[in-house]
Amino acid sequence: MFHSMTKNGVRLALFALGCTALVAVTDHFTRERIAGQSQKQLQQTLGELLPAQLYDNDLSASCVQLRLPELLGDDLPHPVYIARKGETVTGYIIESVAPQGYSGAIRLLTAVTTDGKISRVQVLAHRETPGLGDKIERSKSNWIDSFTGQALMGDPDPRWAVRKDGGMFDSFTGATITPRAVVKGVQNVLLLLQQHAQELTQAPACQETP
Amino acid sequence: MSDSELKASGQLADIAKQGLWKNNPALVQILGLCPTLAVTTSATNALGLGVATAAVLMLSNLAISLVRNWVPNEIRIPVYVMIIAALVTCVQLVMNAYLYDLYQALGIFIALIVTNCVIIGRAEAFANRNPPLLALFDGLMMGLGFTLVLLVLGGLREILGQGTLFAGAEQLLGPWAAGLKIELFTADSGFLLAILPPGAFLALGFIIAIKNLIDARLSRRTLRVKAQVERARMTTL
Repeated sequence: MFHSMTKNGVRLALFALGCTALVAVTDHFTRERIAGQSQKQLQQTLGELLPAQLYDNDLSASCVQLRLPELLGDDLPHPVYIARKGETVTGYIIESVAPQGYSGAIRLLTAVTTDGKISRVQVLAHRETPGLGDKIERSKSNWIDSFTGQALMGDPDPRWAVRKDGGMFDSFTGATITPRAVVKGVQNVLLLLQQHAQELTQAPACQETP
Repeated sequence: MSDSELKASGQLADIAKQGLWKNNPALVQILGLCPTLAVTTSATNALGLGVATAAVLMLSNLAISLVRNWVPNEIRIPVYVMIIAALVTCVQLVMNAYLYDLYQALGIFIALIVTNCVIIGRAEAFANRNPPLLALFDGLMMGLGFTLVLLVLGGLREILGQGTLFAGAEQLLGPWAAGLKIELFTADSGFLLAILPPGAFLALGFIIAIKNLIDARLSRRTLRVKAQVERARMTTL
């Protein structure tokens, strides 16, 4: 009895060791490539958001962290990528969260040029209803492009709402909550740049995400 | 062909038939429903998850068959779980490194292959009592059967819900596959139910019903031919 327990225990331990070794070896050989992949992905996403002639720095490398729960949507520090041409700042790409989506938070990446106009908005992640709310994705519809070129005129700016609420942005048939949340999220990013520009210059640099 | 070769090829044919039709993991064993229903919103996603599952299934069948003589009966389940979890983690890492777009598209469901009961089911029912190559072949056929059902289900739901087929295939197969996309009709919101979770249940139900209907037809025909010499076997296991 005791003998078989030890025997099985030892075998189980050996299998655990073997499996862990397998995972460790795979991790060792893929680690660098995985890091490279997400870096490449980030560079590509950021590159699409601002016109190429506007900046000449590496966007993914010039990143600061900002924590502003009421405008960025949650308690966590969010990355802000700063575009520069030579020494002048030409634009910001801000990662934020629109917390009031139909099925939880919608993660956004908003590019704004220094004249306060939106260059482009990209939805990074969401859980909205397929077929209804997911039209905020660029691959599903061009709705998200209706932000391009818009800016905040006055405070508050009543045009920053969906058409149903008297604003200038369309909503989708059967889904008002999703576009409402995105409009609010993007508007908050513009407010942030108006009200907290000073903090951006003092924000700490991004840490490597593990 | 010698006797043993004949027997071996018969065995292979039987394994293929079991995996693809008679004992199909999704339609007959009804295993692995969580990914089956959740990921099949489009043909591309379905194909991606199907191939990943098939790869894990082949690897795990092979590995478990290789160690089957060293694993005492009492600790076989924890050993299988460890092997499967390790393999899924490896597949996940490799996909993350080399198939980044697909990895992004399938998200959490790669990790959830661990919990797909088809895999531990085949380990218990087949791999632990058969030689490695047969187990590998069983993994391939079961995986193929699973992938085909996923593909049909995903294709059906995509056509009904969005009016397209193989949209986004370039994420899975590379840039050339962008031309694979077929636009059947342009739908503003399509038949939404097909894409939502209830649509998955309904579509899978219809596919199972059709399979059973075909089986019933076939067995009636064999019955007539064999004239009650032998009863047709409807299911196994």
